[in-house]
Amino acid sequence: MRWPEWLSALTRSATEPCHYLHEQPGSAPVPAPPRGPARSAVVALAGNPNSGKTSVFNGLTGSTQHVANFPGVTVERKEGHCRFGSWSWTVLDLPGTYSLSAYSIEEIVARDVLVEERPDLVVDVLDAANLQRNLYLATQLLELGLPMVLAANMLDVAWRRGQRLDLDELGRRLGLPVVAVAGHQDRGLERLKAALAAALEAGPAALKGAAQVDFGPLVEESLAEIGAALARLEGLPRRWLALRLLEGEARAREEVARWLPDSTGLLERIAVWQARIEHESGQRVELTLAVRRHEFIQGLIEACRPVGPDPARRHRSDVTDQLLLHRWLGLPIFLFFMYLIFQLTFSLGELPMGWMETGFSALAAWVDGHWPWPAPLLKSLVLDGILGGVGGVLIFLPNIVLLFLGLTLMEDTGYMARAAFLMDRLMQRIGLHGKSFIPLLTGFGCSIPGIMGTRVLENQRDRLLTMLVLPLMSCGARLPIYLLIIPAFFPAHLHARMLFLIYSIGVLLAVGMAKLLRISVLKGEESPFVMELPPYKLPTWKSLGTQVRLRAWLYLRKAGTLILGVSILLWAMASWPPARHDAARQTELAAARAAGDAARVQVLDNQRAEEDLRASLLGRVGQALEPVMAPLGFDWRISSSLLGAFAAKELFVAQLGVVYALGETAEGSESLRRELHSRYTPLVGFCIMLFALISTPCMSTFAVTAREAGGQRWAWFQLLGLTALAWVLTFLVFQVGSALGY
Amino acid sequence: MTLAALKPGEEALILTVSGEGAIARRMADMGVVPGQHVRMLRVAPLGDPLELQVMGYHLSLRKTEALRVQVRPLEHHA
Repeated sequence: MRWPEWLSALTRSATEPCHYLHEQPGSAPVPAPPRGPARSAVVALAGNPNSGKTSVFNGLTGSTQHVANFPGVTVERKEGHCRFGSWSWTVLDLPGTYSLSAYSIEEIVARDVLVEERPDLVVDVLDAANLQRNLYLATQLLELGLPMVLAANMLDVAWRRGQRLDLDELGRRLGLPVVAVAGHQDRGLERLKAALAAALEAGPAALKGAAQVDFGPLVEESLAEIGAALARLEGLPRRWLALRLLEGEARAREEVARWLPDSTGLLERIAVWQARIEHESGQRVELTLAVRRHEFIQGLIEACRPVGPDPARRHRSDVTDQLLLHRWLGLPIFLFFMYLIFQLTFSLGELPMGWMETGFSALAAWVDGHWPWPAPLLKSLVLDGILGGVGGVLIFLPNIVLLFLGLTLMEDTGYMARAAFLMDRLMQRIGLHGKSFIPLLTGFGCSIPGIMGTRVLENQRDRLLTMLVLPLMSCGARLPIYLLIIPAFFPAHLHARMLFLIYSIGVLLAVGMAKLLRISVLKGEESPFVMELPPYKLPTWKSLGTQVRLRAWLYLRKAGTLILGVSILLWAMASWPPARHDAARQTELAAARAAGDAARVQVLDNQRAEEDLRASLLGRVGQALEPVMAPLGFDWRISSSLLGAFAAKELFVAQLGVVYALGETAEGSESLRRELHSRYTPLVGFCIMLFALISTPCMSTFAVTAREAGGQRWAWFQLLGLTALAWVLTFLVFQVGSALGY
Repeated sequence: MTLAALKPGEEALILTVSGEGAIARRMADMGVVPGQHVRMLRVAPLGDPLELQVMGYHLSLRKTEALRVQVRPLEHHA
């Protein structure tokens, strides 16, 4: 589906670059797909962020995409398949990078795939409106010695800005095929495929005429010497590796040390060259090389652009920025957008969530009524364990879909970078990146979409840091706990202040923990806030749909299996082993049922439930934990309920209801409040809230953190770390509070 | 003068870029290298970061990074 015609017309101009897309009447026909025996190849898609690489990938692979994380990191590895005549290609979408230096995790991943997996062909997607910056990566890719095709995207934008490009000349000068595509409109893709097929047929021979950056006599001399020393490394791009070594890249040095046993002499020679080059140019080697690359590109562009851009011409995007990044209006507008997204996510999401809840209770009631076998334990497993678990997973789906719709919209339009620009000052203070703001804010609604939203962060460390402190943003599921406890212990005029206090404690702890992690576990250089503010553009329905569908599916598949498992485990712990019931009460219960005395049945059922819980594993663990939890003011009932809260925070209230033999309770339950008030002091009440706020994120959070952080290690770290923090703080509050006589 | 001292709308030529490590490297990769022209577009509402125009696109940098860049202001084209 496309945007309405009038909307598309706004973004199109009369002077579209149809010439390069070969779409006007009389242009050369698209070469026919090759015939013959089936062949396969691996094609890697490289390009800058915002170059439209994803839309080209989507256009090539359609619905055959498969998303996984690269092992150990949160960078997505997207693969898809594409057929063209007798060719069958595995298309690998590399992370978007501005260069191939081994600094950011994306760059390392892209680099490793290209160097170690050696795909058969590289397609470099270029943003034609930003050719100078985009060609920088192309010059580095060229050094890898892999067959390459350039796909010039977004020519329409370049055209609108008055940048007429001679793509044929660009191809001639680089010695590479250049194909025009309009990825977001699926145009030019057949021609691109034909070019890929031709390049694959030609193989490495096609690179004979490819251009190289001339780094000047001294550097070239050094490259020749280093390259000769690397001659023994078969099948490796020597010039590329020599350049990396000359730049002093740590990773390249490690690799050479691994592959060449006698590399010490070579590394010493490189140090000599580095000193000479630095002496000659008066700046670091890597800067010298970067300057040379940019000079090479500038020469290239001057030759390919008969008409330069009109510098006085103001782009539509700039005008938009004058409003959206305005000194006074910028922040209010941003906050308004945030409000809209949250409204969309959590209010609109309530509707389908309600339907699901109704649906699941109806289903449970139906199963309950139509249960064909006598086994009550199996019935309970299906009802409470499986149905409860599946329901617990699905219930978050509307939130996730809606939130990701909002986030993808922000990302695809280019506003996400502006949000980071606006909020960076604030986040910088706590060692975070401007882009962390949105996931953290989302955490107030629910940690799950918040953690999944950390994907907008490019840097692995920023992503981890944001994820780890995110559960401290008090989520919506913890609200019922506060709503139960606060009125039970505190006078009405303190209610709002207590709630605000709890939320503030969470935020302050998140800030403190972020700072602490920054100087300990996630130490290291601050991630660069060197960020592109891409031009605004209209998103396409297709891209929105694909992104949201992928997120939803990832959540369901990965989080779903773990959450289901844990919820069955918790069910088993809460219902096994069964308690021995007093025979007298059994008969009384049967009699009360027969007499239709509902109140009496309720009381007796609740007594049974408490005995069941006390005898169950969960209850026993709660009792076993008593020595640990007593210094916090918690008895076994509270501990068992807190364990149950791991399944879902809001379950704490229901669990307490069971523990106090009050049956089903809601956060508004007066009888439960009276019970709590009679047993505990307000200090204990406060400690319960504090512990519930900080401790063990719920199991869905655990599952999603494990997924997004690229390993269970971080999820365990988060779970144990937060629980330890909760214990220490609650201990201090309870002990100091008790000593002060509260 | 440094890049951080440019006023919105002013254009300058980059003379030197100091510092090393990931941030310096990223800046070089993104076109903040000696010899390039740069234009200050605006400062974020909270006072940091900055928005610049380099090589025809918009780049955002923090002031701490901009302080490493020595520039020579250019006269405005008529």
